[in-house]
Amino acid sequence: MITKFLMGNEAIALGAMAAGVNLVSGYPGTPSTEVLETIAKENDGSIYVEWSVNEKAGLEVAAGASYSGARTMVTMKQVGLNVASDPLMSLEYVGIKGGMVIMVADDPGPISSQTEQDTRTFAQFSKVPCFDPTSAQEAYDMIQEAFEYSEKYGTPVFFRPTTRVCHAYASVEIKDEFDYYVNIPEGFVKDSSRWVIFPRLSNINHAKIEKRNMELADDFSSYSRNAIIKGSGLTKAIATHGISFAHTAETLTKLEKKPDVLKVATPFPFPEKLALEFLQGKDEVLCIEELDPVIERALLVVAGKYNLNVKIRGKLDQTIQLSGENSRDSIDADIRYFLGLYMQDLELPNTPELPVRPPVLCAGCPHRASFYAVKKAMKGQESLFAGDIGCYTLGNAMPLDMVDTCLCMGAGVNITQGVGRVKPDTKCFAFVGDSTFFASAITGVVNAVYNQAEMTLVVLDNSTTAMTGHQPHPGTGKTMMGDFTQKLDIEQVLRGCGVEVVEHVNPLELDNAVDTVKKVANMPGVKAIIFESPCCVLFKPEKPYSVCGEKCIDCRKCIKEIGCPGLVVMDGKVTVDESLCNGCGLCAQICPTKAIEKK
Amino acid sequence: MSVNIVLCGVGGQGTVLASKLTAAAAMKKGIAVKSAETIGMAQRGGSVFSHLRVGEDALTPMIKSGEADLIIGFEPAETVRMMPFLRKGGAVITSDRPVMPVTAALKGSDYSGAEMVDYLRQLEAKGDISRLVIVDTEKASMDVGSPKAVNMILLGAAARAGMLGEISIEDIREAMIAKVKPQFVEMNNKALEYVEI
Repeated sequence: MITKFLMGNEAIALGAMAAGVNLVSGYPGTPSTEVLETIAKENDGSIYVEWSVNEKAGLEVAAGASYSGARTMVTMKQVGLNVASDPLMSLEYVGIKGGMVIMVADDPGPISSQTEQDTRTFAQFSKVPCFDPTSAQEAYDMIQEAFEYSEKYGTPVFFRPTTRVCHAYASVEIKDEFDYYVNIPEGFVKDSSRWVIFPRLSNINHAKIEKRNMELADDFSSYSRNAIIKGSGLTKAIATHGISFAHTAETLTKLEKKPDVLKVATPFPFPEKLALEFLQGKDEVLCIEELDPVIERALLVVAGKYNLNVKIRGKLDQTIQLSGENSRDSIDADIRYFLGLYMQDLELPNTPELPVRPPVLCAGCPHRASFYAVKKAMKGQESLFAGDIGCYTLGNAMPLDMVDTCLCMGAGVNITQGVGRVKPDTKCFAFVGDSTFFASAITGVVNAVYNQAEMTLVVLDNSTTAMTGHQPHPGTGKTMMGDFTQKLDIEQVLRGCGVEVVEHVNPLELDNAVDTVKKVANMPGVKAIIFESPCCVLFKPEKPYSVCGEKCIDCRKCIKEIGCPGLVVMDGKVTVDESLCNGCGLCAQICPTKAIEKK
Repeated sequence: MSVNIVLCGVGGQGTVLASKLTAAAAMKKGIAVKSAETIGMAQRGGSVFSHLRVGEDALTPMIKSGEADLIIGFEPAETVRMMPFLRKGGAVITSDRPVMPVTAALKGSDYSGAEMVDYLRQLEAKGDISRLVIVDTEKASMDVGSPKAVNMILLGAAARAGMLGEISIEDIREAMIAKVKPQFVEMNNKALEYVEI
């Protein structure tokens, strides 16, 4: 055993390696991304690792390997699970051979996601067993057990940490490499009665799955990570999970009389026997959960089934906040209120007005230039600007204000078609990044061409997946195995899909970019503009610009038009913050008196 | 007892690295560490903060209001934003150099950071902050020779003031040398020693 300071996601990755994982696939998404990246980094070449084109592809690749006896893991964030849900729902009916863990990171808050969906609820819906760790250390140990349960019961399993487990760091005890489990897959063995889903097979397997999950519920009742932590014999008790368990434990250290705590590590199938034991002799149980009231509902079922006279409290009676993240403060207050303890009012200092600091496009981000070019070109015309998922969603902020819609990965290209059907004279633009284009916008383009839509696709090609921390994708020519591979060419893909007009333009050449947009926007049918300029975070900045005090007329057009963080007002004058400026030169092209110059 | 530290700043300033370095220094001494980062959606420019808990008795990586012993702030408004976490009589080390958000620039705001520094001084006078160190990081960066050394300047000051519990300046130095490229060691050493404590 060695102790290392690890991020939760690194612990998960090393745990999967200790469990002998043979293949890891996934799609980047905060807060899940570092799991696959860590495996790729630590890999000696014996594990196959890939960023798949999207979560559906990733899950299918892993399923095929698992059919062949490989231990597999597929990683994604919670909304990625929606993309992977089609193969997953069927895979649960078919089953697997090599242990298969679907690592889905949930994001209470949400801190950086579209939804606050709960993978524990998805587990109930899809009938896939679910593991829910409370810390980085537990994540390391638990994922190894998850592989064992998966193999023992022939089912994929969910492993669902939340942001505060994924992005927390802790001193974690890990195995030495020679203690790693070694799994040697035997390869795919043909058996169409097993691997080909048909109504008859589904019918038989459905019954088996329901029975198996009942057995698994019993098995989980004696699984050591589901536990009753005895307190001081109070009739009030707490049931909790995940990071909320850790926060609860911290509050309880400060209390003299402690309630019993039920720690639920496997929300599905719910460890009913253990819960029944926990509820004996209790009057009232507070369920402290994030996202859905999964434990609360399960305890209500147990109480009803066994006719127990116990009040179950939590989200359903609004004792616990219905949405958002549980904080140390909220949990501390919830527990004290529940136990009828005196609470000291927090003396919050009377702070001066703080500047709000919403997320913004970086100084020098080429997306700013692309948005600005389209905005200028379309000024005065009825237009729709559909955004998508990526850094460029931040183009919604003032003063750019260039994202009218954002729904989910790849949606923008189809949203524009719908808007255009209702009001055909609207000039519709769909903005999509290069990674999102490959992940899920191509079908939208085919739909538009086939159905003769009128729209302009704007591909913001910065040669990376920037928002999640610069992962490679099919257009970059690099793989997670470190190989160089063919770069998929976006123009060729578009032409192959029947888009006849495809223009390339550098967004940082403003006039040319504006002219190109004007020209293409007025053409009929589906056409595309590819704005090409690499992500500014990946390159050494050019020399910064500066404002010539004599030429500057203080019109502040630069600030008002593009809102670059590198342009600030100091002592009443516009100044370039040299520590932020990366020398893109967009502001210099806007300045009416040419007062912004390269140093 | 664990030492609870909040590090805060604006994305791109090196907040997370400072947190990791402190953790590495503690680990080297065999002290358990827990930490959590909130990095938000943007690559750069958003509010970023890290909770760091040094000591065996921390059960969760997150810090509760009124529980932090120390706030290390890379930007004055971000330091003030984190003040609810500071325990009465805790310490604060902050840069006085403002990073003006685009929203403020657009509104023609005159945010200069000075109002934040004044406020912190008031808290110090009241005794809410036991020790306040304000660093002119603009000048410090020039003296040290790099704007990227702000995290070392602040961390060095905290260590030498004895605010990191058992972690000494030598522990931080060792962790820094293990982390940065050899050609940057000298500059970072200068940064660690920069603030007069």
